[in-house]
Amino acid sequence: MSLMKSLLGAAASLALSAGASFAEPALIFDLGGKFDKSFNEAAFGGATRWAEETGGSFREVELQSEAQREQALRRFAEAGLNPIVMAGFSFGSSLETVAPDFPDTKFVIIDMVVDQPNVRSVVFNEHEGSYLVGMMAAKASETGTVGFIGGMDIPLIRKFACGYVQGVKAVNPDAEVIQNMTGTTPAAWNDPVKGGELTKAQISQGADVVYAAAGGTGVGVLQTAADEGILSIGVDSNQNYLHPGQVLTSMMKRVDNAVYEAFSAGVDVETGFNVMGLANDGVSVAIDEFNEPLITDEMTAAVEEATAKIVAGEITVHDYMSDDSCPVM
Amino acid sequence: MDRMPKWADVLLIPLINLLIAFALSGLVILAIGKDPVVALQTMVQGSFGSTNGIGYTLYYTTNFIFTGLAVAIAFHARLFNIGGEGQAALGGLGVALVCLSIQWPHWLIALPAAMVGGAVFGAAWAFIPAYLQAKRGSHIVITTIMFNFIAAALMGYLLVEVIKAPGSMASETSPFPPGASLPTFHEMLAPLGIEFNRNTPANVSFLVALACLVFFWALVWRTRLGYEIRAFGQSESAAIYAGINPVKITVIAMLISGAFAGLMAINNVMGEAERLILNSVEGAGFIGIAVALMGRSHPVGILLAALLFGFLYQGGAELSLWENIPRELVIVIQALVILLTGALDGMVRGPVEKLFAKRKPA
Repeated sequence: MSLMKSLLGAAASLALSAGASFAEPALIFDLGGKFDKSFNEAAFGGATRWAEETGGSFREVELQSEAQREQALRRFAEAGLNPIVMAGFSFGSSLETVAPDFPDTKFVIIDMVVDQPNVRSVVFNEHEGSYLVGMMAAKASETGTVGFIGGMDIPLIRKFACGYVQGVKAVNPDAEVIQNMTGTTPAAWNDPVKGGELTKAQISQGADVVYAAAGGTGVGVLQTAADEGILSIGVDSNQNYLHPGQVLTSMMKRVDNAVYEAFSAGVDVETGFNVMGLANDGVSVAIDEFNEPLITDEMTAAVEEATAKIVAGEITVHDYMSDDSCPVM
Repeated sequence: MDRMPKWADVLLIPLINLLIAFALSGLVILAIGKDPVVALQTMVQGSFGSTNGIGYTLYYTTNFIFTGLAVAIAFHARLFNIGGEGQAALGGLGVALVCLSIQWPHWLIALPAAMVGGAVFGAAWAFIPAYLQAKRGSHIVITTIMFNFIAAALMGYLLVEVIKAPGSMASETSPFPPGASLPTFHEMLAPLGIEFNRNTPANVSFLVALACLVFFWALVWRTRLGYEIRAFGQSESAAIYAGINPVKITVIAMLISGAFAGLMAINNVMGEAERLILNSVEGAGFIGIAVALMGRSHPVGILLAALLFGFLYQGGAELSLWENIPRELVIVIQALVILLTGALDGMVRGPVEKLFAKRKPA
C-alpha cells in the first residue's frame, strides 16, 4: 500500500513539475554524445551561454538508440517544453512525423530541412567557411600539397571538401589536395585512431596542412598533425586551443549561435528555412591568441577580401549539395 | 545432487540476483548525488505507468523475446550462439527486401512473407558458423562473434552503396509501402474499446513473439527433433551412440536459432522504423544472451526476462529524459543486472544451495 502511495505521489509530482516548467527549452543531442569537442559540444555551448546570461534552465538528453529519437521528441513536446532544438540531420524523418502532432510546439532542427509550419530548419554554408580555410591552407603550405580528412562519407561532408578544394585552388591552382573519408558508418565520427593513421598517410604523401571535418575523429587528426610537426585545421567548434601554435585555424560552424538564438527567441522563434553563412556569422574562421603567430598579414587580407566578395556575391562558392557534384574534384 | 527444489532454482535465485543488482544500482545513483527511490519510481512509472510507457516496454520486450529464443534453442544443443546481433541485422535485410519488393495490398499478406524473409536471411547467416562448427570443429563462439562484425560491415556497405534511398543524407532505405505497415497496439485495441497510446512502437509482432514462445516449447519438449537437440546438448557421445547425427543436429539447431534472431526484424524494422536503417539491432542480439541465461532457456522464463529488460530499456530512457542521469550510467545499471543474473549466477547459487542442504539434510 505504501509503495502504491509513493508511486502515485511520484506520478503527481512528475506531472506537477512538468506542468510548472512550461516554456522551458530543450536540447537533444545526437548519438555522438554531448562532449565530442565538435558539433554536439558547440550546441551545448550555445545552450549553456543562454542559461548563464538569462539565468534560465533547459532540459537536455543524450540518446542511446534510434528508437529514442521520436520518443524523446514526443515526451519533451508532451511535457510542454518549447522550443525543442535537435542537433543533427538524423532527426529529419522523426521530426517529420512528430511535428504535425504538436502544432503549438516550435521545433528547431540543425543541418537538415524539414518543411513543416512549426519547424525552423537551420542549415549552414559550410562550403563558404571551408573555402576560406582552404585559402589559408594553400598560403601556409610550403609543399603545395594539403590534406582533407572527412568523417562519414555523406553529402554534407563532401560539401566541406568541395568548398575547401575551391579555396585552395583559388590561391594556388597547381596545389594538390589529398582527400580521405574515415568511413561510411556513424562510427566514423568518433574514430580518432583512424583519423591519426589517415593523417600520417597524407603526411607521407607530402601534405603539410590537414583539414579535419570529422567530429570526434578530428581530435586524432589534430593530435597526429601536432606530433608530426605539420599544421592542422579544426572544425565546428574553435579547436585552436587544443594544440597552441600548431592548429592553423578552425572553421567555426556556429551551431552555438543557432542554439543560442533559438533559446533566446523562446516560444516565438521564427519558423521556416534559415541559412547561416558568412553574411550572418553562421560560419567563420577562428583567430585567437593560440594561432595568431601563424597568421600572416597577407593571409588576413586575403581572407577578408574573399569574405567581402562572397557576402557581396562576387565570388560564388559551389555548394556540393546543390547538384551532388563538385567542379574541382 | 538434487539439493534444491525447482522453484528455488527458477524463481528464487534470479530474484536474489535482481535484488543485489538493484541495490548496487541504487548505490551508483547515490554516488552521483541522485535519489535512488525517485529514480526507481521514474523507471516504474515511465515503463508501466501509462499506455505510452507500456507500448515502449513491450516493443523492447518483443525484440528480446526473439533474440532470447534464438540463444535458448542453441543452448539446448549446448551451442553458444553469440551471433544474434548479426543474424538479426541480416534478418532486417531480408525483411526490407521483401517489404520493398512489391506494393503489398495488406499487412496480413506482407507479414508472413516478411517473416519468411527475415527467418531465411537470419538462418543463412547462422548456417556458415554452424557448418564450420559441425564439419571443421571451428568454435561456434569465435565464429559467430566474428560474423557479427562481418554483418555490420556488410550492412554498412549495402546501406551506403546499394540500397540507400536516393538523396537521403542518412544511411537508410526508402520507407516501406503503406501495405507493409503493421498494426500498432492502438489500432488493434481501438475496435475493442480500449484506448492505447497511438504513438508507441509496440505492434502485432508482440503476438507473433508470444506464438513463437509456444512454438519453442512444443518444439523442444514435444517433438522428436527437440528431444534429439536436448539429448545432443546433454551428452554428445551418448547422442551419437543413440544414432543421432551430430552434424545434422548442430546445423539444424543453429538454423532455428538464426531464424528466431532474424524474425526480430519484423518488430524493429517492419513494425517500428518501417525502413531499414543502419545499426537497427542496437544490441538486442547481445541482450538475448542475458535473457536466455536468466530465463533458463525456458519460454516462460524468457518471457519474464525479456519483460525485465524491456523495463530496463524503457525505464532507462525515462531516467535520462527526466532525471538527468547520464546515459552512460543508465548503461551501467543495465550492465549490473546482466552481470549479476548472467555472469555471476554461481555467486548466489552456491550459498543458496548450501542453505537448502542444511535445512534438509539428505
